[in-house]
This record gives sequence, C-alpha cells and structure tokens, in this order.
Amino acid sequence: MEALYATMTGALAACGLYLTLRGRTFPVVVGLTLLSYAVNLFLFSTGGLTTNGAAVIKEHAGHYADPLPQALVLTAIVIGFAMTAFSVILAIRVRGELGSDDVNMARSDESREGKS
Amino acid sequence: MSLLFIVLLPLLGSLVPLLGSNDRRSLCALITAVLPAVALGLVMTNLGDVLHGNVLTYSVPWIPQLGLDFALRLDGLSLLFALLILGIGLLIITYTRFYLSANDSMPRFYAYLMLFLTAMLGIVMADNLLLLWVFWELTSLSSFLLIGFWHTQTNARRGARVSLTVTAMGGLALLAGLLLLGQIVGSYDMQTVLESRDVIQQDARYLPVVLLVLLGAFTKSAQFPFQFWLPQAMAAPTPVSAFLHSATMVKAGVFLLARLHPALAGSELWLYLVGLTGLVTLIYGAYFALIKYDIKAILAYSTVSHLGLITMLFGLDSRMATLAGLFHILNHALFKASLFMVAGIVDHECGTRDIRKLKGLRRYMPITAALAILGGASMAGVPLLNGYLSKEMMLTETLETDLLGGLAWLVPVLATVGSLISAAYSLRFVRNIFFMGPPEALEVTPHEPPLMMRAPALLMITLGVVIGLLPALTVTSLLHAAADAALADPVPEFHLAIWHGFNLPLLMSAIALGGGIALYALRKHLFAFQRQFKPLDALTIYEATMQCIVRAAQTGLGALENGSLQRYMLWLVITVLCLAGGSLVITPSLQGSLQQQPLDGVLIAGAAITILAGLATAFLHRQRLISLLMLSVVGLMVSLAFARFSAPDLALTQLAVEVVTMILLMLALFFLPQRTPKESSGLRIVRDVLLSAGFGGILASLNYAVLTQPIDSISQFFLDNSVPGGGGHNVVNVILVDFRGFDTLGEITVLGIAGIGIFKLLNRLRLFMPSSDFEGRPWSPDSHPMILAIVSQTLLPLALLVSVFIFLRGHNAPGGGFIAGLVTSVALILMYIARGVDWAQQRLAFQFQPIAVAGVGIAALTGLGSWLFGYPFLTSAFGHFHIPLIGDVELATAMLFDLGVYFTVIGATLMILANLGKLTTPHRPSKQKEQS
Repeated sequence: MEALYATMTGALAACGLYLTLRGRTFPVVVGLTLLSYAVNLFLFSTGGLTTNGAAVIKEHAGHYADPLPQALVLTAIVIGFAMTAFSVILAIRVRGELGSDDVNMARSDESREGKS
Repeated sequence: MSLLFIVLLPLLGSLVPLLGSNDRRSLCALITAVLPAVALGLVMTNLGDVLHGNVLTYSVPWIPQLGLDFALRLDGLSLLFALLILGIGLLIITYTRFYLSANDSMPRFYAYLMLFLTAMLGIVMADNLLLLWVFWELTSLSSFLLIGFWHTQTNARRGARVSLTVTAMGGLALLAGLLLLGQIVGSYDMQTVLESRDVIQQDARYLPVVLLVLLGAFTKSAQFPFQFWLPQAMAAPTPVSAFLHSATMVKAGVFLLARLHPALAGSELWLYLVGLTGLVTLIYGAYFALIKYDIKAILAYSTVSHLGLITMLFGLDSRMATLAGLFHILNHALFKASLFMVAGIVDHECGTRDIRKLKGLRRYMPITAALAILGGASMAGVPLLNGYLSKEMMLTETLETDLLGGLAWLVPVLATVGSLISAAYSLRFVRNIFFMGPPEALEVTPHEPPLMMRAPALLMITLGVVIGLLPALTVTSLLHAAADAALADPVPEFHLAIWHGFNLPLLMSAIALGGGIALYALRKHLFAFQRQFKPLDALTIYEATMQCIVRAAQTGLGALENGSLQRYMLWLVITVLCLAGGSLVITPSLQGSLQQQPLDGVLIAGAAITILAGLATAFLHRQRLISLLMLSVVGLMVSLAFARFSAPDLALTQLAVEVVTMILLMLALFFLPQRTPKESSGLRIVRDVLLSAGFGGILASLNYAVLTQPIDSISQFFLDNSVPGGGGHNVVNVILVDFRGFDTLGEITVLGIAGIGIFKLLNRLRLFMPSSDFEGRPWSPDSHPMILAIVSQTLLPLALLVSVFIFLRGHNAPGGGFIAGLVTSVALILMYIARGVDWAQQRLAFQFQPIAVAGVGIAALTGLGSWLFGYPFLTSAFGHFHIPLIGDVELATAMLFDLGVYFTVIGATLMILANLGKLTTPHRPSKQKEQS
C-alpha cells in the first residue's frame, strides 16, 4: 500500500511539474494546484498511513491517526487555495494589461529593447 | 567611563552641525567644535595615567554570542592617535569654516566629518577585533561621503567610488583575517590576542591571517599596488584631503600594523611582505610625486611614499624601527596636514592647482610662504625640523636590517634614494609655487587668506619646529608609551637628539639633501624622459577590471535571469534533481524497517483513477476546460484518500476547498483563452517530460522511504494533552486553535492579505469578455436557470445551519472554523451563481473586506486577551457550562479564536470570488447580439 501511495504522490507531482513548465498562465496555475495536492499528500503521509484510526479522543479508542501532519495539511490546503486564487487573478490581470497569457513577460523585453 | 564618552561625544557631534545653518557659518563651526573639544579634554585628563604605562579599558557586552563586546581601551598607541585625530580634527574644523564656499552645505560637511572622526577614534580605541572592524568599515563609508562631497562633479564621484571599492574590498579581507585570528586565539578580546603571539605564529592558519590582515592594511594605507585610490581621492575638498591623508584614513592601515604588531610581527613572512611592500611604495610614491603637475597630486603621491616608509619601518625586525615608525606617523601628520592646508590656500586664492601656472607667490602671501617653506623642509628632512629626526632614525635602522640577506645593503641605498627624491619634490613644491619670479599665468591677484585660515597650519608647523628643536623634552614619554603598546618586548632605551655625531646616517642624510637639490636642478631631463611613456597607471587597469567584471556579471545574469518563468522553473528543478537525486544515490536502500500494509481492490482502483486523472490533466492541458474537470477529479480523489486514512477534518476541508477552487478556476477561464495554442517544440516536450518524470520519481522515492521508516513523533504530547490542556476532543482542531494557535493566526493573516491583494489586482481592470464559447456558440440567454435559483435559495438556510453546526462541534468532533467558513462561503457563492451578482449584492448589503479584517482582528484580540489575565499570548481557557434546554456544554476561549478563523475564511473567499464575479456584469456580452 505504501508503494502505491508513493507512486500516486510522485505521479501527481510529475504531472503538476510538467504543467508548470508550460508557456501559458492557465496550465501553470493548474499545475501549481496539482503540485500542491501532491505536496499535501506527501506531508500528510509523514505521520504514517492509518486505517480506521480514531479521529477524536475517546475512552476506548484503539489507535489514533497522527494529528500533527493533519493540522499542518489543513492550513496548507487553505493557503494553497489562496495561492491558486492569487496566481490565477494575477494571470487575468496580466492578460488585461498586456493582452497575452504568455508567462515570459513580453512587456519588460520590449522596454529593454527600447532603451538600448 | 570617560573612554565611552571620548567616542560617544563626537558621534553625537555628527548630529550637532545639522542644527546650524549655512547662513551663520562661524556659529556652525563653533558648535561643531564643542563636542570634539570636550572629547580631547577627556583624553587629556587620562594623559598622565597612560603615559605611566597604564592601559585604561571600558567594556559592555554587545553580542556576547559572537564574542563582540563594545570594548574600548586607551593605551599609548591609542593615545598618540587619539591626540592626532582630535587635535588635527579641531584644526580642520576651523580651516573648513574659511575654505568652503557659500554654495557648499556646511552642516552636511561637518556631519560627515564628525562621523568620520568618530569612526577613526573607534578604530584606534577598539579593544575587540570585531568592534575594530565595525569602525574600520565606518571609515570606508564616511570617507566615501567626504570624498564625494562635491557630488555634482564626475571626478569626485569617481574618486569616492574608487576609494570605497578598494578600501571596502580590503575591509572584507580584513574581516576574514580577524575572524581567523579570533578563531586561532579563541577570543576577540584585544589583550588576549596580543598576548597569544606564539599560539598564533605556530598555527597553520598564520599565513592566511597575515595575508588577509595585510590586504586590509595595505588597501587602507594605499600601499603598492593599491596606491591608485589615494590620488583619485584628491577630488575631495582640501580639508578632507588634509585630514584623511595626514592623520587619519590612510594612517588607519599603519595603525593596524602597529596594533597587531605584538601578535603578528617577527616572522620571515611579515618581514618580507611588510618590509618590501613598504620599500617599493616609498620609491614609487616619491617618483610620481616628483613628476606630477597638480600640487595636491604631488602631496598625495608624497603621502603614498611616506606611508611606504612607515610600513617599511614596521616590517623591519627591530624594536627601534617600530619606534621610528611611530615617530614618523606623528611628524608626517603634522607637516602633511599643514602642507595640504597651504595647497588649499593657494588653490583658494589663485583658482588653480597647476604648478606650471603658479610661481612667485611669496610676494603676495609671505606668511603662507614661510609656512610652506618650513613644512616642505620638514618633509625633505632638513635638520632642526621634526621630519629630520624620524628620517634619521629610519636611515639608521635600514643599516641594521638583514632583510634580503646578502643583498641587505640594497635597503639603506634604496631608502637614501627615496629620501633624495623626497627632498627634490619638496624643493620643487616650495620653490616653484612661491619663488621663481612674478606669476604670469594667473587671472586673479592672490593675497593672504584670513588669519584663522592660516592659524591651523601655523600651529602645526610651530609644533613641528618645537619637536624638531627639543625632541627629548616634548615627545619622549608619548613615544615610549606608544611603543610599549606596539611592541611585544620591552621598549629599548632611546635618546632623541638632533646631533648624534659624525656617522653613516648623517652622511646618508647629507647625500639625500645634496642629491635632492641636484635632481631638482636636472628635472627637465627627467620630464623629457618621462614624456616618452604612455601614461598608464594602476587606475586604468582598475577601470578595465571593473568593466570586465560588470560585463561578466551582465552576461551571467542575462543567461540566468532572462525574464522567462520557464527558465527559472528549469533551474529550480535541475537544482532539486541534482541535490535530492544525489543524496538518494548514496542512500543504500529506500526500504525502511516497516512492513508494507496489505492492498485491496478499492485502494488500487482509487490510486489508478487519481493517477489517470492527473495524467489526463497534464496531457489534455491544451483543452483547458477538460483539463480543469480532470483536475477536479484528482481533488476529489485526494479528499477520499484523506477520508480513507483516518483524517475526516482534512477530507471535509479538501472537499470544500475543491468546490471553491473549481468555481474560481471556471470563472477565471471565462476571461482567459479557452485553448492553449501548440507552441512547445517536440524536443522541449521530451525535455519537460523527462524532467517531470525524474522529479516525480524522486518525490515518490522519498515518500516511500518516509513511509517505511518507523516514526518517532511528538504527536503523543498533543494526544495526551488535548483534553486536559486544551479542553477539546478533536486533536487536530485543538492543535490549530490552541497548541499552534500562533501559526494559525499567521496563516489566516496570509489568507486575508491574499484576499486584499486580489481585490487590488481586480481594481479597475478592463477585460475582454468573449461573447461566445471557443466554438463560436453564443452563450445561453437563460443566464439564471430557474431550478438552480430555487434549489439554491432553499438550500441556503440549511447550508448556513450546517456550517454553524460544524463550527460549534469543531472543538470536539471533526469540523471547526476553516471548514465551517468554507461551507458558508460555498452556500453564499451558490446564490451568486444562481441569481447573478446584482441580485446577490442587493441582499448581501455588506462588504467582505471588513469581515476578513475583523476575523484576523478577533483572533488576534483573543490571543491578546490572555495578557489581561497574566498569561502568555494565546493561552486558552475553557470550562463546562450548563445551559438550560441544551445541557452541559464545554466552552473554550479557543472557540472565539476559531470564530476569527471562520470570519477570515468567509471574508477572504468571498472577496476573491465575488469581486471576480462582479467583472462579468457590466456589459453582459450574451445580451448584445450585435457583437461578433
């Protein structure tokens, strides 16, 4: 099971990275989201994969899932959303200003050529 | 305690001139002079103590962890320099009052000057190696300001830049050297270092220490081959030159040689490096002083030459040589400062510094001429003046040295040659400016400057003459105390006198003076000889090197930072691959000691769906909507994975975030192109696939390694203390709002900032809105479908109720502020989608920004509230309450904190989505059929 879980994490990370290497903003944002899924899964698994663990403190609970990675990942999910939102809105703003969704900063290149 | 004030008063003094104004110049000079004068008085009160051989110290810890104390000392060496710095500093303040023109800002000049003076005092009085370095850097910075004082002139700016580059470079080398020195000794305390000579010199790191420290000293003291910055610095106002190049800045280098002399000197390495560098600089500087035409350049090169002389004396392996070096520091400061002042007067009165245009000024300014004659004679080493005494001592010591072994006779010969040239340029300086018939090339008629402008030079020349006539009475005890500090061994018996009988040094002096006159008489041939060389100096080489470095940096930067996000990502990934991959290669096995848990069909199917959906997201990315749908499948599967592995809180959060993210991305996609054009070449795709596969492989390997290792987690603490310490049964929530509440506070702050950032990004944004989808089909006119509208309206109260329920139970069962906030947001956003923005805004008559801000505020105030009860920030209190009808309820202040989280999440999420949604309303393209 661990091998399968690790393969899944790796596969999501690979797909996410491939997308972030693209040249347009939208795939990059989607890639970032995929990457953050992979990272969250990785972080979550550092506490071990617990099946049927108790989530809350009980009198006769057998074993608990490690709560610390869960707390970390919970905030990471929300922050990840904020990051996705910020980058996609930035992409929209860039398109509105420059008329392009190319990630390679067309405008600064133009001004640099204009100066020299 | 008075030691502290000696340094502190001038530092305060750098603020005093700013109270003055350019209109009342004498007042400004006067108030500036007060504090250094008091400091000088304080030094004088300690004079007797120090001359008797006591070392006064003062120390307060500054950064004890680094061994950096604010420790000051006043011994003989510090005393000699402190007197020079403060005494000449006061004279410079007086002189400057008359030198600066009405256009120059006098308060600014004095402020820089006092800052520089403080830094110099700090160097000479530092009792800690690191503190010494701090002041050392401060002199580099403040001299930069002083040299570039006339910042509108290109020369001044260039001079300032060159001197900063050279001395700061040396300063960095010095820092490295001092750190090594401190490591060898085990302390940065000056006294400990000075007493550890044997430890230092037997250490293998002695060689780098000497090289680095000398690099610092030689750059500061303008020793060959770093001499070029000093003539450039002549672009400064003359008072600055007079101060920096006589008593201070350049003397910092030789001071360092003297200060560390007990610890570092005495080895062959020191002898050759210091002695020979000094000798070369002595000859080099003297020669160029002879052939320059600018009178300040003559003095600048002469300074280089005399510093070479002092350096050489510190290099020679004899105690008397060190004493002679200290004596020459004093003498050189006196005559060179006054000669610079004379040069400034000449420049001021005649409007030129070109020695070819100046002559016969004796008739117009006889007193200044007399000062120049005495100063020049002292510089040339004419008997009965102070310069003669130390030069004579120097010549005596060169005869004793065994530097260069069998060629040891070269040293006195070269020293005599240096003195000879020195006599020649001194004669040229005095005779060409003040004699040789009436001036013809001048446009103005020069006359004597105001009395107070002459007075400083007069005072110093008088002092020089007194020392020259009565050396034994005036400076013996001061020199003895200074040499005591600069020598590891006892100070030798010495007797300062003008007449030592007929001996070899006297003959050498006579040869130097006679030869100097002869060389001066034959100077025409020398100039003719010099003219056949192209003027190539170290500055040209320096400029070429700098340009080379800048070009190389630009090329390198252009290759690395070309504005392409793809390029940056590439470098990042390659770095990760190299670092993580490299350490994985040397790991013997990924498999830890844990056995794998068994697989079942559901798990395999789930993983397969996740992986396939991920691959589909990546490879269908050019069809953006499909890619997005695939992404949502991945998100859902991740949520299920959390549920499967006993993390219901995470599953709920992921599910809610997934909904919000999808709505956001769909809305964003509306404003972006629907498809990605085919751009990447086949080669690039292959490259990216390989990189991604490598990255994924490494991450998977790491994850597998982590999963099969037994963990030793601190989580047991949270499990044990959640109920007794935090009053909640849901450990994850208790960690978020109690144990790690400060982290959560930071995170909701980030969330709020992201929301506000997005709000600003969307402000006044004009967007192109497509009137149809990418296949050319117009949008449906039915923008608010009735079923959705009715269902969402019905669901809203229910959803709000659920979110309140999730919030309330969060402390004891899966739920909490994050999840409740997301559920509320989703419910509200559904209203926007179903009914449109206008409809929703009419009914939700409040702004979202204040909600987010209030959320962060509530959380922070809850944390602060615990201060009222005398507990640390964010301490949680809880208790059981009995509420009628509802029953026994456990309440904790952490719930209040969670309420802050709840509001922040709602505020931020709606700020993002509602503001983006608002952009769609003004001109709904689907209603304007005429658009194409």
